[in-house]
Amino acid sequence: MAKEAQQQVSYTVEELVAVNPYNPDILADLENYVNEQVSSQKYSLDANLCLLRLYQFEPERMSTPIVARILIKALMAMPAQDFSLCLFLIPEQVQTEEQFKTLIVLSHYLETARFRLFWDEVAKNRSLLESVPGFQQAIEAYAVHVLSLTYQKVPRAVLAEAINKEGLALDQFLEYHVANSGWAIEKSQGRSQLIVLPPNEFNHPELKKNASDSVSFEHVTRIFPVLS
Amino acid sequence: MAAYDADSSAGGDLAYDPNFVPDSVKTFVVHLYRQIREKNVYEIHQMYEGSFNRLTDRMFRESPWPTAEAVAPYVDGDHVFCLLYREMWFRHVYARLTPTPKQRVESWDNYCSLFGVVLHGVVNMQLPNQWLWDMVDEFVYQFQSYCQYRAKLKNKTEEELQLLRHFDQAWNVYGVLNYLQALVEKSNIIQILEREKEGLEQFTALDGYDYQGGSNVLKMLGYYSMIGLLRVHCLLGDYRTGLKCMAPIDLSQQGVYTNVIGSNISTIYHYGFANLMLRRYGDAIREFNKMLLYILKYKQYHQKSPQYDQILKKNEQMYALLAVCLSLCPQQKLVDENVSTQLKEKYNDKMTKMQRYDDEASTVYDELFSYGCPKFITPSAPVLDEPLTNYNQEAYRLQLKMFLFEVKQQQLLAGIRSFLKIYSTITVTKLAQFMDVDEATLRTILMTYKHKMHSTDNDGKIISNADIYFYVDDDTVHVVEAKPTKRFGDYFLRQILKFEEMNSELEKVQLD
Repeated sequence: MAKEAQQQVSYTVEELVAVNPYNPDILADLENYVNEQVSSQKYSLDANLCLLRLYQFEPERMSTPIVARILIKALMAMPAQDFSLCLFLIPEQVQTEEQFKTLIVLSHYLETARFRLFWDEVAKNRSLLESVPGFQQAIEAYAVHVLSLTYQKVPRAVLAEAINKEGLALDQFLEYHVANSGWAIEKSQGRSQLIVLPPNEFNHPELKKNASDSVSFEHVTRIFPVLS
Repeated sequence: MAAYDADSSAGGDLAYDPNFVPDSVKTFVVHLYRQIREKNVYEIHQMYEGSFNRLTDRMFRESPWPTAEAVAPYVDGDHVFCLLYREMWFRHVYARLTPTPKQRVESWDNYCSLFGVVLHGVVNMQLPNQWLWDMVDEFVYQFQSYCQYRAKLKNKTEEELQLLRHFDQAWNVYGVLNYLQALVEKSNIIQILEREKEGLEQFTALDGYDYQGGSNVLKMLGYYSMIGLLRVHCLLGDYRTGLKCMAPIDLSQQGVYTNVIGSNISTIYHYGFANLMLRRYGDAIREFNKMLLYILKYKQYHQKSPQYDQILKKNEQMYALLAVCLSLCPQQKLVDENVSTQLKEKYNDKMTKMQRYDDEASTVYDELFSYGCPKFITPSAPVLDEPLTNYNQEAYRLQLKMFLFEVKQQQLLAGIRSFLKIYSTITVTKLAQFMDVDEATLRTILMTYKHKMHSTDNDGKIISNADIYFYVDDDTVHVVEAKPTKRFGDYFLRQILKFEEMNSELEKVQLD
């Protein structure tokens, strides 16, 4: 019963954001929704932007813990640019607070693919980040994404650093992706492993060329009257 | 310029009597009123664009027009006409004079009344699109101007502070956004555009006008309010929501938004800027290019128009933003030759500097961004206790800071570009040596390039803005040359449609 009620609340919040977003009375609902996103590992950028806007309109009602949670969720949405989209709406004085400075540094490391520095900094801020379930996995997914854009074959050490896994944990991670994501493992010169990532148009540019002269279906429909 | 208070007839220049209605104005309002009642849109447009501006130039260069109360007797005291007249009256004051604080508030009240009447659905007029666009455009402009005004507290008189305290609802951000939103909703414009896509409604073909005796006012105000919302959200720094507000309008096609040049420019400028901030450089470049080409071709036809200065200003701003986009994402092939020539003339040196990614580059990015960006606002109500400061630059400073931070993160990519252009294969070790960094750093730079040059669209799909295609195989970087693609499919489609049009034109010709 409680779960049903919960689902109903989140449906209503999304509706509110779509239909009546410029409304100071929904602020509390939006704040609750942030907490709900954190606890049930959901995410809604539009609802969070709506809340940040309301904070912008009425700065005295801003709740920094909520803002911090929004930013962490945004970080987890990478490679999407949600983190900077949120920062655009947060006043400079607020951004200079300690926890936000940390989050900005973390974002900076991720944006510039400095994964070692990132995980080191995460280790120093466990309390801040462990409050948001799914953080670790989300960043791992981002790391894998960036590697997939760049590498056809990535050395084990590079992958290890990117996802902050070693030894057995790394082996299990590899096993999972070999079984489910089309990865393969090779041996390079020496004894280190090479992970072969599945081909896509970004790490296999020749795949991209074939797609470039495609015509969208919508455009083709424009000549249907002529063809008849 | 002197500020005229509509209420006081003493004080200020004794030559201006707000209640004196010269004959030419009498004639003007009587005719305009009649044309509006008879729904002669063409004549209304002539009077609105032509006569009004001619009379302004002749008699009201430095003073306001007679008040609405003064002209009311000549138009049967028509309530709606007076609201329209007053809107033009305030717009004139903003354009040629400086509005007093009280006038700013009164203008807000007028918009509330005017939009209120329209939203109640009782308006039966047809007005030219130019006028309806100007209303929305001016509404947003006055909001922006008011936010700037009330964020400068340092030198305000006690009287001005009292006014701010008392009229604290004037131009409040909730009100502005909700009016625009209400116009969008009440007009059903989104549904109209959807139905048009399915062929169930004619909107664009009729340029939004109603040929069945109805009114175009609510519909068109709703349409233009979508662009108004894009603009307001850009001023607040919420680019994603701004773009979402525009989603119902298909910018890849001609539409009603292209028919009034002011709306065309405002749409593309803000759309392009929002995409720039969202790192969708390719889209931004395409849109700016389109608009700059259009202005190049057609600006001569607008030389006499009162919007000409605005057109030129936006033109220059878009060149600056285009220079910025191309420095971050060198995709010259997206830019038309004519635009490219103009761009080189204006910004060749600066673009070379920006592509160097050193401290000097940062200064140039700062300069061009500051010139090209919108006038960001702080939407919250001012805190009127001591100490009083000026904080009207805060919003701009935040957006600039964020932008320059992004530029800095892309600093090392220029080096990568220059090397990857020369080599088809190079080891990570060698490339690191050339760039004077260690291998691990080089690997992060390669990944940064990939991440920064690929943006995500609203559905989470990855779009490439990359100018260089490469991949890494263990410890070797392979660069694939991008051959320029000839878009045959697109070309054939366009020609098919063009010839079909020609054929049907020919079929209409009757030979005796």
